[in-house]
Amino acid sequence: MITKRIIPCLDVKDGRVVKGVNFEKLKEVASPVELAKYYSANGADELVFYDITASAEGRSLFTDVLKRTAAEVFIPLTVGGGIRELADFERVLSCGADKVSVNSGAIANPDLIKAAAQRYGDQCVVISADVKRVDGKFHVFAKGGREDTGMEAVSWIVRCVREGAGEVVVNSMDTDGVKNGFDLELLDAVCRAVDVPVIASGGAGSQEHFVELFKKLPAVDAGLAASVFHFGEIAIPDLKRTLQKENIVVRI
Amino acid sequence: MIAIVDYGVGNLYSLQCSLKRVGAEAVVTADEKTLSNASKILLPGVGAFADAVAKLKEKGLDELLKEQAKTGKYIMGICLGMQMLFDESHEYGVHQGLGLIKGKVVPMRGLIDERLKVPHIGWNGLRFPRPHFLFKDVKEGDCAYFVHSYFATDCDESVIAATEYDKLLTAAVAKENILGCQFHPEKSGEVGLKILKAFCEV
Repeated sequence: MITKRIIPCLDVKDGRVVKGVNFEKLKEVASPVELAKYYSANGADELVFYDITASAEGRSLFTDVLKRTAAEVFIPLTVGGGIRELADFERVLSCGADKVSVNSGAIANPDLIKAAAQRYGDQCVVISADVKRVDGKFHVFAKGGREDTGMEAVSWIVRCVREGAGEVVVNSMDTDGVKNGFDLELLDAVCRAVDVPVIASGGAGSQEHFVELFKKLPAVDAGLAASVFHFGEIAIPDLKRTLQKENIVVRI
Repeated sequence: MIAIVDYGVGNLYSLQCSLKRVGAEAVVTADEKTLSNASKILLPGVGAFADAVAKLKEKGLDELLKEQAKTGKYIMGICLGMQMLFDESHEYGVHQGLGLIKGKVVPMRGLIDERLKVPHIGWNGLRFPRPHFLFKDVKEGDCAYFVHSYFATDCDESVIAATEYDKLLTAAVAKENILGCQFHPEKSGEVGLKILKAFCEV
């Protein structure tokens, strides 16, 4: 049986992890390499590095971090942030990334997904969508959630999958940061519309939220979160034991 | 020295790093002499079957690999690299493989439960129909990381590991010195490193 994946997401700026990270055993809390090693040794099934750097120097610090991480961490690594053209795919894939997630880059240039899928394979291209309800409809937002594109989210995601995206990250802006559970309504709508793996993001506040996610929506493949893992509110080995007790198949 | 075949496909950096981690020296190369002198050969690969075979042929590496196979040298294919070891693949038409292992590669869609997702992406448990040195330090049920939409079939006599995704899919094969893993050992955490170590040390 394929297992449900638990994925921590690290925001990286100028080569350092931002958003506070609080682990007793970890001294270098701002080092993406150390944090990645920690998570890999503690049950994470995959890691997402999100580059929120704006400058060119920051970009090269990021690829340096990526290379050092890939040299020490042997689980799948997805990279997102600032992916606008094929050269960006090349840049991160050559440094050890396995998958590349696109968001605003695909909105600005919808041909990007197709071109990347043809060159690197569908398995390599992840569409990440920031979604928020506007007048009762799901809208896709661009630029880190600052800009409403006006596009309906589910049809946008379906289109990206048709173009060749092999996986979907659905980030609900309505539930993100609220810690009141994943956006089951949105996730259900996406799962019904696509047949590629779906990763849920936004809203995890407790272990029970992951149980609820996988029990109510068996079509969801993975749960992604940041702060609840970084602040030690949920330890991944504990979470996996809880899921296992609830008969949800995980990698222990 | 282990040679990783470089024919312009896939993330070779991670594979090279994982070999270094298990104490092996590895070189990424397309050079005939380096490949011939290597103690073992790893054939990686992601993307489409026909493209990958065409790229191997462009560099004359298909014939070289067949010759090297005859010398008794261990050659291990990974993911698409494993699929290329077979007689043929039915990925967008019928394409010839290297023919080093009997069997063919077919699409999952239509052959497994339609509710299951394709590609088969994620961590799935390994089962061992027969013992093999590659898995000497790995337990039944240990998980490996898979990413694929096609799988090898009609190769029962070579299957050394399988994984359950509706039906049992070929996860690893061996025929004498020719080995293949459908999953990515370089991305399968400690379990993957144990498998690579077993390969490097045999």
